[in-house]
Amino acid sequence: MTCDESDILLHALIDGELDAGHAREVENHIATCARCAAALRTYRDMKAAIAAEDMRFTAPAHLRQRIEAAMPQPRGTSRRSLLAGFAMGSAVSAMAATGIVAIVLRTDDEQRLASEIVSAHLRSLQAGHLTDVLSTDQHTVKPWFNGRLDVSPPVIDLTALGFTLIGGRLDYIDGRAIGAVVYKRRAHVINLFVAQTPNATHSPARTEDVQGFNIRRWRDHGLNFWAVSDLNADELAEFSDKFEKAMQANGNG
Amino acid sequence: MPGQRPAARAHPAANTTMLFGSPGDDQTKARRFRDAALPYLDDVYTVARYLLRDPADAEDAVQECYLRALKHFDTYRGPAIKPWLLAILRNVCHAEFTRRARSAATAIDDLPESGEATAPLWQETEDTPETQALQKRDANSIQRMIAALPEPFHETFVLREIQNLSYREIAEIVDAPVGTVMSRLARARAMLRSAWLAEEEPSR
Ligand SMILES: [Zn+2]
Repeated sequence: MTCDESDILLHALIDGELDAGHAREVENHIATCARCAAALRTYRDMKAAIAAEDMRFTAPAHLRQRIEAAMPQPRGTSRRSLLAGFAMGSAVSAMAATGIVAIVLRTDDEQRLASEIVSAHLRSLQAGHLTDVLSTDQHTVKPWFNGRLDVSPPVIDLTALGFTLIGGRLDYIDGRAIGAVVYKRRAHVINLFVAQTPNATHSPARTEDVQGFNIRRWRDHGLNFWAVSDLNADELAEFSDKFEKAMQANGNG
Repeated sequence: MPGQRPAARAHPAANTTMLFGSPGDDQTKARRFRDAALPYLDDVYTVARYLLRDPADAEDAVQECYLRALKHFDTYRGPAIKPWLLAILRNVCHAEFTRRARSAATAIDDLPESGEATAPLWQETEDTPETQALQKRDANSIQRMIAALPEPFHETFVLREIQNLSYREIAEIVDAPVGTVMSRLARARAMLRSAWLAEEEPSR
């Protein structure tokens, strides 16, 4: 590798955008080139200094209100709950904006996704946001998704097994439209997010704790599943077991 | 959009309720738009502040961006909301650059395109609580150095370092190949590095 190539590629190295092979090449060059090693050091210092400072701005409240006022007003939703929605929105983006954490996590897509899923779960718990279609009938919820998503999620009634189907919702994770099937266990809401994936291999369910919520995720039949709830880990595992078994019995929802 | 609501008709079950009216109406659209786009308001506003270097212009640009985005939300099919919003914002800002260039031929140093900035371009007109955090020596001098970067290096740097967007996302926003983004970012950082090292020198 030449210094000219390294001049460009070392930035991709710093930003975690290089694949392993190129990263090794750049690192090999830097190990033997004092000029590029010095450049890399300064760039890293700069990046760290920027990350340590609050370089962002917060939109003033009156700007939110101006934008809000310019939009059609929803029926059946009070102004009060709208404002609660805004407060949540800014809390979520404030969390994402906490400088260095966001940067460290940036390249870890799964972790970023997990925290977005928790955010979506929290949003859904606000008044009026839990379901778009409110029905305990899987034959109503399932077709509701048709035409709204490229792939409608499997909707399986698990009421007899202790998990009540509440309805469905169109949500946004990572800026993309995604289907959410909503269940309840006692007072605990379970959001089951389902998204298409090009990866067809089955991946067994595992649970992780994200910001105090349990997320159980698995992959099956070219779909990624994330079940998120404040339910305890054992019962959430029971939910995913029953869902997977029912999906097999149904011949893929 | 015909055929989108067979469910309600085929299964008029008593326990089925469509909340927020029919899916195509303005209120539903506005609510979906809010849920999807408003969490990024601070991001959009931050980029507007950097690109336009003026709080009032930034507010106008952000509002215009959200109105345009709402208007086109029906046809929005991805990829991700944040880059989509920022691409719209960038168009709004570039229109503003053009307007400034036309209306203020005498005040050329207001233009971000004037690369060789001699005076600090970053100036706060008033010391509001919002800006106080930026008055700290370090953040302030970093801000000034970033603001002195010429376009398109400046916007590339802001999208990368302030917004933490991936190269692919930046390429989408500025409508350029990823390779171009990489070379612009390298130029931006190299220019900033010169300023950075120059700032360290005189203090000893
Ligand atoms: Zn070298």
